[in-house]
Amino acid sequence: MNAPTDRHVVDVADAARERWQREYSAGVADQGDVVNVSGIAIAPLYTAADRPVGGDAALGYPGQPDYTRGIYATMHRGRTWTQRQLVGLGTPADYNARLLALLDRGASAVSLIPCNSVYRGLDADSVDVELLGTCGTVVNDAAHMARCLEGVDLARVSCAMNDPSPFTLLAFMLVVAERRGVDWSRITGTSNQSDYLSHFVANHMFYRLALPGARRVLVDHIAWCRTHLPRWNPMSVVGQHMQQAGATPAEAMAFTLATAVQNAEDCIARGLDPDEFLPRFTFFFDVSMSFFEEIAKFRAGRRIWARLARERLGAKDERSWRFKFHAQTSGVDLTREQPLNNIARVTAQAMAGIFGGLQSLHTDAYDEAYATPSEAGARIAIATQNILREEARLTDVIDPLGGSYYVESLTDAMEERIVAIMKTVDDAGGMYKAVESGLVQRMIGASAMRFQRRVESGEQVVVGVNKYRDDDAAEQRPPVERPDRAAIEQLRDALVAAKAARPAAAVARALDGLTRASEGDDGNVFAAVVDAARAGCSHEEICSRLRRDLGFGQPLVIV
Amino acid sequence: MNDPAPAGFRPRVLVTKIGLDGHDRGSRIVAAACRDAGMEVIYTPPWQSIAAVVKLALEEDVDVIGISSLATDHLIVPKLVAALRDAGLGEVRVVVGGIVPEDEARALVADGVRAVFHPGSTLDDITTRIRDYAGETRRARAGAEDGR
Repeated sequence: MNAPTDRHVVDVADAARERWQREYSAGVADQGDVVNVSGIAIAPLYTAADRPVGGDAALGYPGQPDYTRGIYATMHRGRTWTQRQLVGLGTPADYNARLLALLDRGASAVSLIPCNSVYRGLDADSVDVELLGTCGTVVNDAAHMARCLEGVDLARVSCAMNDPSPFTLLAFMLVVAERRGVDWSRITGTSNQSDYLSHFVANHMFYRLALPGARRVLVDHIAWCRTHLPRWNPMSVVGQHMQQAGATPAEAMAFTLATAVQNAEDCIARGLDPDEFLPRFTFFFDVSMSFFEEIAKFRAGRRIWARLARERLGAKDERSWRFKFHAQTSGVDLTREQPLNNIARVTAQAMAGIFGGLQSLHTDAYDEAYATPSEAGARIAIATQNILREEARLTDVIDPLGGSYYVESLTDAMEERIVAIMKTVDDAGGMYKAVESGLVQRMIGASAMRFQRRVESGEQVVVGVNKYRDDDAAEQRPPVERPDRAAIEQLRDALVAAKAARPAAAVARALDGLTRASEGDDGNVFAAVVDAARAGCSHEEICSRLRRDLGFGQPLVIV
Repeated sequence: MNDPAPAGFRPRVLVTKIGLDGHDRGSRIVAAACRDAGMEVIYTPPWQSIAAVVKLALEEDVDVIGISSLATDHLIVPKLVAALRDAGLGEVRVVVGGIVPEDEARALVADGVRAVFHPGSTLDDITTRIRDYAGETRRARAGAEDGR
């Protein structure tokens, strides 16, 4: 390996290494294994001996396959990440006020979290009024969406909505754009959470079309967007739910990649060319507290996806190989104890995401372990991003940890672990089957329990919870904001009145259009959803009809 | 005198979620911990109606109902407590675990919730206390029988 002239250098290096090993062993009392959350043993020191074969050349360059160092040549030097804070609370008017304030303060894109009633496929008049608007905005029809987006230029601002199948929020927004004369071809953004598989696996935050129906609607949605919304990302593959539910970082990445492959293969089976839809695939991940593990997770994921897109899915266009992802700091890592500490946690997580090469970032508010984020909490979360970018200047260098002995070695180890988990999924028949059978849910449940036990044994430190407790920190408790009940009741009553005032025949016709699209293989269900939104149908009306026609899914019970 | 809740008794616990939210990491972990601690666990998927929970509590003769709430569903727990009372199940202890702001937790306890477990609670603490509460339920039932 080494030329004879290098012999002396090697001898000196070996001697130095031996001396370090001796001194380290003498100096560190606890020689126990350090293992990261994904189960990879971590050495105390990494050196050139741990570098991948091929050295610097194998690292490659940003913007070039295999994209380990980033998917664009310019990365954060050219364009920093999109600051996309999730917001949603109360009525459409409440949402609009907060949205305009965030845009004023530097947020560069719109996001929308709907009320949990919307996730369930229900309108405001079908649920307990106590729960309306407490976790997101009540948006039940196109008129609500118009109010949400008042004063927002839909041709300029990128919109991402947490909008699971059948994507009614997008349909409502398209109707709003149409009425304002904004051409659909100018609309940019992402159908967040369009990934039905992650919902089945993890948080069940959608209204449960049965698996086959959800699969059908997703492919319809992707196919429709390709024709009508060329700048829209219809597919957001979600690792975030799974990691929040307890998956290790390696599992979350593996299941997400397996989901992307499943969805892509479903589209290919429909007759779509991978290069027509893969450039519009995006990913959404959690960034947890395990700093270097998270960075390695993202670097490894980029590399694996480039290979999968090219070799397994047959994509020829480089844009199809690029692993574009949004990251959100980890809500489950936030603590109720000493809540201001969460600002430090979010900062570390955001840094890991930035060093991991993200395209878009949501930083959690410090008060999320208490309640839905307050205005003040959301403001600090945005400031955290601004400080990291403009004061700490984390964006000055592309992939600044690239070439680090540790980071490169860990990237390789994470890649190996991720690929092995994907093999388990493939052996089970792919992600759809692995979710249908509950395999993925069981693996995640076991990891969640393992993590909880680590916390309880103290092996995993959580400051203020199992170490450094300070029971006098009560003064840090943030205020809780709940929506104004009178405004919510007024919104509900107005919705009931608006429904009654619609021409019933047009509504019935639009709902029958959903049935027709669902029955055959030729129709496009999402096209029918847009037509129904235009006809004034409500979210629940659309969801109920599709549940009837495509089947209502029940969550698997696995403990 | 027969102790209605001897040390070796098996508490019957219903672990469920009411309302709109589906995040079930917490309910699954607590259900598994209760099972591992030797209790009979009845576990449901999320989104149970209050009527369904009352019916299940009655049919399964549970001692404790654990409601997991991560996204404000605790706000309708007082309705559950009232419905249990109306169904003659007032002695069944109801506990809530998850994200509940302090003042709302106090209000829940005032409304008849036995305890609120916040994030950071240990599984040991949760299962020990659930066992205690199950004992309370059994003693209350036995007391009600004696008084008849």
